[in-house]
Amino acid sequence: MSEVPSELKFLSSHEWVLIEGGVATVGVTDHAQELLGDLVYVELPEQGSSVAAGDSVGVIESVKAASDTYAPVSGEVIEVNEELENAPDKINDDPYGDGWMYKVSMEDPEEVGDLLDAEAYSEAIADEE
Amino acid sequence: MGNRTPLYQCHLDAGAKIVDFAGWDMPINYGSQIAEHEAVRSDAGMFDVSHMTVVDVSGADARAYLQHLLANDVGRLQLPGKALYSCMLNQQGGVIDDLIVYYLRDGFYRVVINSATREKDLAWLDRQAQGYADLVIKFRDDVALLAVQGPNARDQAIGLFEDYQQERLRQLARFQGAEFDDCFVARTGYTGEDGFEIMMLAEQMPELWQRMLAAGIVPCGLGARDTLRLEAGMNLYGADMDETTTPLVSGLAWTVALGDARDFIGKQALLDQQAAGIQQSFVGLLLLDKGVLRNHLKVVTPLGEGEITSGSYSPTLQRSIAMARLPAGAEGRVEVEVRNKMLSAEIVKLPFVREGKSMLNDGGNQ
Repeated sequence: MSEVPSELKFLSSHEWVLIEGGVATVGVTDHAQELLGDLVYVELPEQGSSVAAGDSVGVIESVKAASDTYAPVSGEVIEVNEELENAPDKINDDPYGDGWMYKVSMEDPEEVGDLLDAEAYSEAIADEE
Repeated sequence: MGNRTPLYQCHLDAGAKIVDFAGWDMPINYGSQIAEHEAVRSDAGMFDVSHMTVVDVSGADARAYLQHLLANDVGRLQLPGKALYSCMLNQQGGVIDDLIVYYLRDGFYRVVINSATREKDLAWLDRQAQGYADLVIKFRDDVALLAVQGPNARDQAIGLFEDYQQERLRQLARFQGAEFDDCFVARTGYTGEDGFEIMMLAEQMPELWQRMLAAGIVPCGLGARDTLRLEAGMNLYGADMDETTTPLVSGLAWTVALGDARDFIGKQALLDQQAAGIQQSFVGLLLLDKGVLRNHLKVVTPLGEGEITSGSYSPTLQRSIAMARLPAGAEGRVEVEVRNKMLSAEIVKLPFVREGKSMLNDGGNQ
């Protein structure tokens, strides 16, 4: 059973979001990394770029498959986890910690209301199986 | 629920992640595909390949039948236990399946074909059997198949056999097998490493699996099997060749015995294709940019477009590799279209890896 921390928000496309003040830290969930298997390549949005909620902003690839990643909220990308470029397996090892992908300075805090909470995300992945 | 091999419960016990593979519930990995891949390159791993189809072909006409059925010549098999890789072609020279045929003894051959192609293959074998008076084709669904591969695989596996069997197994040459009662052990595989493929009665296989596990042999899933065979430059049926492509444009010309009087199904089509000139070459690609090459991506060369037939990530080389069908004569740098971007790749000689070592800087890349 994959881990779904209760303090995070989620997209049904398996991104997690940690909201701290006006900044959203984004990663992919434990369930997603389990589905994909060993990750070998991560493409992140560029620092300084603008993203809109729902946009495809990057790709994560495992040995097995490629999967688009979507921006959960709109705003400016203020930091990206550059360590993932050479160590994408950090997402497998620690999806909610060292495997974080990027941080967004949020434009519209109300967008958080559109995200799933841990309970709703857990139900969504249970329905998948 | 799909078909299950006799080792299904063993896979669950070993923590396998099970996926559907051509109607079979098979292990894709037991946690980390890359760790399993590395175990085979550096030590020893084992694969349940009991989903593959084992067929025994026997009778006085068995040899003549197989010489007509297969593009490679079973007449080359003189020593009992000897193995031969071959394609089975349709009249147009397209590949119905690829297979291994073992010559067990006079009038008795064992053929191992793919699982996804089972129904059409068995139908084809039956259809082509007409006109042979002394021929029995028997589908052996009572036989299970386990591959043990890696630099330490033979040593570790030999220790698990009876004393009287060990000496024979130790002396087996490559592509050679030995038969003991209901068990057949061959020094063959699909990883580019040394090792054995072991066929025995299904009910006996779980015990062998347990003993292998206790000996420290690492269970490996179909995921690692695919990256291992890709690094080894070995074709996968359905990806690298199928009924619309001939062996001559699939890197398999070496498996076709065209130069003698023997007539086999598809021979005339291959001779015609050869006379007209082979338009495509089958090559390895090494991705120079970051990213991962995948099946069916478009390849752009100065001589025209081609296609990746199978691509993935190479754990040994730590970059992406692929096999591709390109316009004949293409060489050097090419571009691959990945999600609307053009990535740079280099044409290289197959295989990428042999017996744990990269062939890229070892004269393999000339």
